[in-house]
Amino acid sequence: MKKTTYLLMAVISALFVLSWILKAGSLSGETDNYVIQGFLITFSAFLTLSVLSFLYADNPLYKFAEHLFVGVSAAFWMCMGFWTTIVQNLIPRLSDGLSSFFEVPPQPGDYNFFFFIPVILGILLLMRLSPKGGWISRWPLAFIIGTTAGLNFVRYLRSDFIKQISNTFVPLLGTEWQGIGHFFSNLDLSASGQLVTMAANWVIFLGVFCGLIYFYFSKEHKGAFGAASKVGIWVLMLTFGASFGYTVMGRISLLVGRITFLFRDWLEIIS
Amino acid sequence: MKRQIPLFITFFVGTLLIFSVFIPPMETLGENFTLFFDIIAVFAFFLGAGNLVRVHVSKLRKRKADWGFSIVTLIGFGFMLFVGLLKIGNPGGIAADVTAPGSWFQEMFNYVINPLQSTMYALLAFFVASASYRAFRAKNREATILLMAAFVILLGRTPLGMMLTAWIPDSLSIFQIPNMAVWIMNSFNLAGQRAILIGISLGVVAMSLRLILGVERTYLGGDDSG
Repeated sequence: MKKTTYLLMAVISALFVLSWILKAGSLSGETDNYVIQGFLITFSAFLTLSVLSFLYADNPLYKFAEHLFVGVSAAFWMCMGFWTTIVQNLIPRLSDGLSSFFEVPPQPGDYNFFFFIPVILGILLLMRLSPKGGWISRWPLAFIIGTTAGLNFVRYLRSDFIKQISNTFVPLLGTEWQGIGHFFSNLDLSASGQLVTMAANWVIFLGVFCGLIYFYFSKEHKGAFGAASKVGIWVLMLTFGASFGYTVMGRISLLVGRITFLFRDWLEIIS
Repeated sequence: MKRQIPLFITFFVGTLLIFSVFIPPMETLGENFTLFFDIIAVFAFFLGAGNLVRVHVSKLRKRKADWGFSIVTLIGFGFMLFVGLLKIGNPGGIAADVTAPGSWFQEMFNYVINPLQSTMYALLAFFVASASYRAFRAKNREATILLMAAFVILLGRTPLGMMLTAWIPDSLSIFQIPNMAVWIMNSFNLAGQRAILIGISLGVVAMSLRLILGVERTYLGGDDSG
């Protein structure tokens, strides 16, 4: 490493320690674990700034944060899987001894011999790490694929196909006629805004219909079919634009959250 | 046999789950198989973790580029695993939830994973803004529609959008930008999403059938021996 890198690391370390001391000092009257809390808040701020430093260029601080994230989150999901799935759902069904060790009392009728199947398949999956026995890991993989295919076949047909089509057939001429004056005068989003509700229903019905026509490639998009397909593209463009705007706002909300953390929880500049 | 047995397992499990929908006593089969799936997925996490350790230890041994950062990954992984599996610092001991408030595991999530994860996602706001500046040009009608929809949604979710159209009376509130954003989300966006969802569902059903019937075999890998 270069001399400047060492110098930079020393400066960052000194700033970190200084921030830790100051933060712990400010928390001393509020909590008993003020030294640990001070460290955690300072470390969290350091990680936030390290990730944001990528906006300038790829650098060792960002790499540190990135590598730490990979290691910690892998262990996090592994532990969550172990405690929530293996201990809570598997062990009470297989062993009384292990259940009492982990203090998860088995419910009556919980014992189920068939739950040895996923354990065996899970162990077979680990054979992938073995150079010679790797092929046997295809069995649990086949089970996973079969389960996903079988469940998705029914689930998608029910919720994303039949239900979505059923919900597209909405009243196009309104349900309660309250007079022409009321119909045109109320352009709000409340239930009484009949024109707005009706327009939305027309947009949904025609939008889905034209959108599906656009995705139908077995017939040339010409004439009336082509016109409907064109409307379908416009509806899809509006959808993509709306989704884009929504996603960007979500990301900006996260950024605001992080900046709030830095200025309120760490630096205590804002209240 | 290396290919025939997995194909048979996929066919058997897939068909069983589809038929279980039509046979009332077998209705719980789907729930049990989902649980089986989750249990195998945990073993897959173990496999992934083992692989992660193997890759980084190998990088360390061979002193490859940026090997020093592999130490960070391994220490982070080891520490989190130690704290999580043994429930170190958990106020309620082994019987309490691993994510109990105040536990070391939960503190690691709050002060390490959460800031890293949300800042990584927040970072995308800058890249999306930069990319959209270059890509969002009203070159044709479709691009203009996309641009306008995005603009209304972005403006509608900020105080500026409310301020700009606050003068519009309540009876015409649909023309207020935040309400227009809501209306676009509930009508045009819903219609487009629904058309896409219907297309996706047909795709998933077709792919599920291909997998169950053994037409699609790419998940078995390239080795044809046996």
